[in-house]
Amino acid sequence: MSKNNAKAYWKENIRYVLILMFIWFIVSFGAGILFKDALNEFKVGGFKVGFWFAQQGSMYVFVLLIFVYVRLMNKLDKKYGYDE
Amino acid sequence: MVMMNSLVIEGIGVQNWTYIIVGLTFTLYIGIAIWSRAGSTKEFYVAGGGVSPLANGMATAADWMSAASFISMAGIISFSGYDGAVYLMGWTGGYVLLALLLAPYLRKFGKFTVPDFIGDRYYSNTARLVGVICALIVSFTYVAGQMRGVGLVFSRFLEVDINTGVIIGMIIVLFYAVLGGMKGVTYTQVAQYCVLIFAFMVPAIFISIQMTGNPIPQLGFGDQLADGSGTYLLDKLDGLSTDLGFSEYTEGSKSLIDVFAITLALMVGTAGLPHVIVRFFTVKRVKDARKSAGIALLLITILYTTAPAVAVFARTNMIETVSNQPYADMPEWFKKWETTGLITFTDKNGDGLIQYVANETENELVVDNDIIVLANPEIAQLPDWVIALVAAGALAAALSTAAGLLLVISASVSHDLIKKIINPKISEKNELIAARLAAVAAVGVAGYFGINPPGFVAATVALAFGLAAASFFPAIILGIFYKKMNKEGAISGMVIGILSMLFYMTKFKFGWFGGGTQADWWFGISPEGFGTVAMALNFIVSIVIMRFTPEPPKAVQDLVENIRIPSNAGEATH
Repeated sequence: MSKNNAKAYWKENIRYVLILMFIWFIVSFGAGILFKDALNEFKVGGFKVGFWFAQQGSMYVFVLLIFVYVRLMNKLDKKYGYDE
Repeated sequence: MVMMNSLVIEGIGVQNWTYIIVGLTFTLYIGIAIWSRAGSTKEFYVAGGGVSPLANGMATAADWMSAASFISMAGIISFSGYDGAVYLMGWTGGYVLLALLLAPYLRKFGKFTVPDFIGDRYYSNTARLVGVICALIVSFTYVAGQMRGVGLVFSRFLEVDINTGVIIGMIIVLFYAVLGGMKGVTYTQVAQYCVLIFAFMVPAIFISIQMTGNPIPQLGFGDQLADGSGTYLLDKLDGLSTDLGFSEYTEGSKSLIDVFAITLALMVGTAGLPHVIVRFFTVKRVKDARKSAGIALLLITILYTTAPAVAVFARTNMIETVSNQPYADMPEWFKKWETTGLITFTDKNGDGLIQYVANETENELVVDNDIIVLANPEIAQLPDWVIALVAAGALAAALSTAAGLLLVISASVSHDLIKKIINPKISEKNELIAARLAAVAAVGVAGYFGINPPGFVAATVALAFGLAAASFFPAIILGIFYKKMNKEGAISGMVIGILSMLFYMTKFKFGWFGGGTQADWWFGISPEGFGTVAMALNFIVSIVIMRFTPEPPKAVQDLVENIRIPSNAGEATH
């Protein structure tokens, strides 16, 4: 594989990682910690929203993020011919 | 209740049920160990490298969920309310870091251990040695806690002496870790995951139905009470808590900066723990490493999203059972746990009632965190076999983690220390013997700490994450994402990182270096959260030192470019 190919692949990978890490930060440190008090003003069922993100929601999003990454990277591997 | 009672076979009793269920699961583990014993160093260190993503995901989940996750976590959340979220987010969010930043590249790198990566990437046996020392410190602090968990379960449920319990646990682990190596441990962990998740979910579902009528605990604890009052369970618990002088359950009492720091330290620490990272060396391809990280987190999340529900159910049940009730009327479980010393009641005002309140001078009841999960089925009056199942689940959680840690310790000694540093000419056969001997020695040391727990064991288990965050995480991340990072930078970063963490932890936990109280914490950050600061320090030191020292050789820079490309991962090699 050419060097340019590898560089372009790496660049796209980093872009995915940055976007997904941003979401990772927002749901946990954002919704679950920094903005918890503001979100706790709202309730869904018996859950205050900030509390729910801290003890439930953030974890569901974490799982989703990894599977989204798996899909994106499998596609990217194919696009650049690194698939096995 | 009718349905539940029909499940009880009359006359067997909790203890016999426990012997039956624990006996069956132990037979299963030993059977797997004999079937999957390791014949080569490759099988011993990385299970031959051909583990499927699903099996690896299950094994990783069991490896990861320790006595702390199974026994202690729900209890800690139960007593700390919102603040418990630091463990929930911290111990799951780290898997996102693992899947996105570490696992695929370390798998492509294709070696046996974490110090292997550190040593090769930083072209230096000094770096390798620092890696070995960090791996040993982290793993030993962690494994001692597991052995204590095994002893605790045995002593309570089988009514044997705690030391006998630890010794039985040691023999079982010795058997399948030494015989089977990573291969045996992997397939035993798959079985242990099934046992522990079943054991955790069954009582949670029963109790959720009892309290809210909702069979899904994750939804149940946000639901209305089953008594038809229309009150939400969480609102009721907030009310009960404030009535007794505690802070509102859904609000917590830690400072924002400390919650932030602890969560980050636990996330980064999770991603830096050698016994977790090494699991990703066992799959075939890079894409399998990514996928199995996802599967592992999914399987872990099942328990981790149930734990806060269990915490709420148990807290509510407990307050209602004990608060302002006559001591003489306490149910049988209360008396049983009193004999283990995990519940203590002192009738300070002599009125015969139990005052359970936040004010420490008036409070008469002390309940240990660890009781919540273990006693929960009894508190909710579930059938005997469910209580026995919880004992088997707790043992599965503790043993699977202990085995994973023992392998890291044995590989660090036989592979990183003996083969890579002391005697590179050692034959494969002798290295395998060394690995097994190291595992035996490690079990011995772990058992010793389980029987004679140094007072600080419980504290240091949580701090193992800080140590991993302060040492490995930055060195690995920089090794992958920063091609120009050199050995001088990485070594000084790791040394400064782990030393500053050790300093802060010993100062505030054991009173060394003049000690100090909460008021003296730097920036209001607790020792548990200090891993975040030590990690930042590691990154800064690494980058600054790198600027003033020669850049890494061309071959190493090429290696970094190579691990970024997923194809041709090949097999893990020496």
